[in-house]
Amino acid sequence: MKRRDFVGLTGLATGALFLPSFPSLGSAVDPLRLLEPGLDVAQKKRLADVGLNAAKSAGASYADVRIGRYLNQSIFTREKQVQGISSTESFGFGIRVIANGTWGFASTNNVTDAGIAKAAQLAVQIAKANSKVQKEKVQLAPQKGYGEVSWKAPIQQNAFEVPIKDKVDLLLGVNAKALDLGVSFVNSILSQVNEQKYFASTDGSYIDQDIHRIYPSFGVTAIDRASGKFRSRQALSAPVGMGYEYLTPKAADKVAGPTGSDIIGYKNSYDMLEDVAAAAKQVKQKLTAKSVVPGKYDLVLDPHHLGLTIHESVGHPLELDRVLGYEANYAGTSFATLEWKAKGIPYGSKVVNIVADKVTPGTLGAVGYDDEGVKTKRWDLIKEGRLVDYEKIRDQAHVVGQKESDGCCYSQSWQDVQFQRMPNVSLQPGKTPLSVDELVRGVDKGIYIAGNGSFSIDQQRYNFQFGGQVFYAIEKGKITEMLEDVAYQANTQEFWNACAATCDERDFRFFGAFNDGKGQPSQSSAVSHGSSTTRFNGVNVINTARKIG
Amino acid sequence: MAILSKEDAQALLKKVLTYSTADECEASLRGRTTGNIRYARNSVSTAGAQDSVSLAVESRFGKRSGIATCNEFDDATLKRCVQRAEEIARLAPESPEYVPMLGPQTYLNPPSTATTQLTAATRAQAAADSMNLCAAKNLTAAGFLDGGTSFVAKRNSKGLEAYQQSTNTDFSVTVRTADGRGSGYAIADATDPAKLNAKGLTQRAVDKALSSVNARAIEPGKYTVILEPAALMAGDDLSLLGGLVFGMGAREADEGRSFLSKKGGGNRKGEKLFDERITIYSDPMNPEVPGNAFDGDGLPTKRQTWVEKGVVKNLFYSRFWAEKNKVPATAYPNGFIMAGGTQSTAELIKGTAKGILVTRLWYIREVDPQTLLFTGLTRDGTFYIENGQIKFPIKNLRFNESPIIMLNNIEAIGRPQRLAGCLIPPLKIRDFTFTSLSDAI
Repeated sequence: MKRRDFVGLTGLATGALFLPSFPSLGSAVDPLRLLEPGLDVAQKKRLADVGLNAAKSAGASYADVRIGRYLNQSIFTREKQVQGISSTESFGFGIRVIANGTWGFASTNNVTDAGIAKAAQLAVQIAKANSKVQKEKVQLAPQKGYGEVSWKAPIQQNAFEVPIKDKVDLLLGVNAKALDLGVSFVNSILSQVNEQKYFASTDGSYIDQDIHRIYPSFGVTAIDRASGKFRSRQALSAPVGMGYEYLTPKAADKVAGPTGSDIIGYKNSYDMLEDVAAAAKQVKQKLTAKSVVPGKYDLVLDPHHLGLTIHESVGHPLELDRVLGYEANYAGTSFATLEWKAKGIPYGSKVVNIVADKVTPGTLGAVGYDDEGVKTKRWDLIKEGRLVDYEKIRDQAHVVGQKESDGCCYSQSWQDVQFQRMPNVSLQPGKTPLSVDELVRGVDKGIYIAGNGSFSIDQQRYNFQFGGQVFYAIEKGKITEMLEDVAYQANTQEFWNACAATCDERDFRFFGAFNDGKGQPSQSSAVSHGSSTTRFNGVNVINTARKIG
Repeated sequence: MAILSKEDAQALLKKVLTYSTADECEASLRGRTTGNIRYARNSVSTAGAQDSVSLAVESRFGKRSGIATCNEFDDATLKRCVQRAEEIARLAPESPEYVPMLGPQTYLNPPSTATTQLTAATRAQAAADSMNLCAAKNLTAAGFLDGGTSFVAKRNSKGLEAYQQSTNTDFSVTVRTADGRGSGYAIADATDPAKLNAKGLTQRAVDKALSSVNARAIEPGKYTVILEPAALMAGDDLSLLGGLVFGMGAREADEGRSFLSKKGGGNRKGEKLFDERITIYSDPMNPEVPGNAFDGDGLPTKRQTWVEKGVVKNLFYSRFWAEKNKVPATAYPNGFIMAGGTQSTAELIKGTAKGILVTRLWYIREVDPQTLLFTGLTRDGTFYIENGQIKFPIKNLRFNESPIIMLNNIEAIGRPQRLAGCLIPPLKIRDFTFTSLSDAI
């Protein structure tokens, strides 16, 4: 989204400039509206057929329609007050066609027979106009129609059914705890998403899906007024593909960081009050923590941190559209070209086994079918350090000699065209039993990093720099003290080849990226990344402290 | 239906307000009709058209506020929308940051619309011109052309009436050599699409791509750099100047958590923070970059100076924070202008003994909000300059630098150009900090 598009209709929109970004996809509605059912399946099928038939009549050789109802609710608070409650609904129709071997797309929120037919004709008209300057005709991997099917995310409690008062009480409770423990400022937020998507195509699929996501988060800030120094610590929660049950903490889902670190990680449920108490303590320690001495360190990265490194240095470079050059003008291309893969150069060490999936329950990527009607699956990307496959959709499979899509097609809403997006990409846990303390015990001079901070990587995914939330020095196998001003810089291949060991499945958990951006116009998608705490040897650490006048 | 005239929009909003029973009510309409084309590998990839209009109603009872919207405009739907906003307002908690809605305002009339429109056919032609130029030279083009018309209208029960229509077109292109060893980039935006020259811009990217082949590695460290406007400002991501100017919020500064916070309390308004040649302001009436006439609150925009001769003159004050601090609120602009000189980038190069020319910076993220330290990388054309001439292309570099430090290390300021709705000059900076090399091309 462009910054100038933010300058919206209401004061709330202007206020959002200073809040964590979230996609403003819909229109504001009464929260109760979020519980009302959308169109029934029979109505959606009838409308879909209007679009498919109109496209075929106008000359399309293929068409798919998506009738989408996208519900979002975000609650923002700071200290003792609610800053804003935004409940939005976005409903409309998007149609994608192939005419003369070229894609065309149009969308409308006028979901009537006439509106749909007009959009279908416009999509075909655009495809035909573009076909005149087209050099590569679209080749779709064959896809059998599934008939009328449905899929629902296996949630236990729809977050939209929880009264807003309860959610506000939770957030204000979190804030109160942080203030009691002496932080200067606290912001908290709860975002909830429900995608009610209907897909139909000329292949004969009519797919109805119900998808839920939730993301609780906070940030605490400590300020030393005398010196003017301030530090913050963000939540160690993950956005997940779950309902409100994520916010009911279970002891079995808590995983302790290494002894001496004061870090608790969370699996399938999150203890927001516990985490904010830890954050309040840690943020004050950050004000006086020792500034890191730059140099080479063995890094021990917790899953909440490593998830983002996986996202940027494995998830993105293996998107086949980047590899082929479709994202050259914006998100970039990839070092992991088809030629590079053919050389068999190791992506990582033997410890590195990375799997893509769109099926793990509770993850952000999990759906039954993607946004071009392909049933989802799980597949290997990197096996024992070797690149074996990419992430692809129907019009890309032929490029790598494959006959089917991986089911990675997604659009953020009915009004944007679907395209290839990242599936869940996860580092598999070690097969040999290894606890976090055992992992740390082997490190002579290192840094343990928890949580993700600043992140940046080049457009071909070679050179990256990552910060974190909390850093601890490791000396002679033990956590000794907290550090500050830490960021590490590495080259993707050197980094993954320096992967020395990863903890076993007891430590495995998912991190999530709630708003991953790609495409022009830019679209947002959500994706999870699993891993266990992992060690990387000899990584370059820089000191980020500077002085301004 | 997507673009309503001022009269039609205000007539509809007037009707909406008659349904209100709240203490205060504000109704806003926003619509747009846009089309885009995207190409890569010298072929069209995706293209689309979007058409939408929506109404938002904010109702208030005392300090309680509710917002509802709709995108159908029959009387029954409009009434239901107002009722819904009122229901939400009754359920909402009181806002401790309540400020009353604005009364009648006087707005400037920025020259924000053009009469020319792009169509599916003209978009395809522009893309074809760009692709054909590249294909003829065995280069690969990837580009994006996106444009259309939008409008915003507001009216409230206190007598505020506002309307603005705008047109905008964005074009960008990345050209790569067939062997992937060279890459160049060009970008522009315009109020009038007729002023965008896709072919000319593509030629610039072609030249950069061809001359960036066989890049040499240099040692990371502190260098004199010439940053072209695309290395300073971006419309779709964080940038060195965008991050600085749009980060000048008074509240964060007063609260002690901004680079503009003063040790011991308060903010740094009035302090000289930058080189005396730095002046940054907003001017909605500038014909090259016409701005929004009003912000989301309906506050009128005007010419507003943020930095003058290196001194921080103003910070962004929301209406609440302004009232609390007894200062005027600042309307949030959608762009800014950095004052510059008359030299072109080529002239800046001529006057440089040793340095680096940077076409574009990429993936910029904040590392430390305390010092506004940013990191990111050069991309699509980085060159070594010696004795006033470009000597050879160099490999891309990662930087770790703060725009505050950067704007104290000014060597020269060039002629401003429009970029992302702003006017941005190329800057020549000494001691710009590069921390590592990248293999990316």
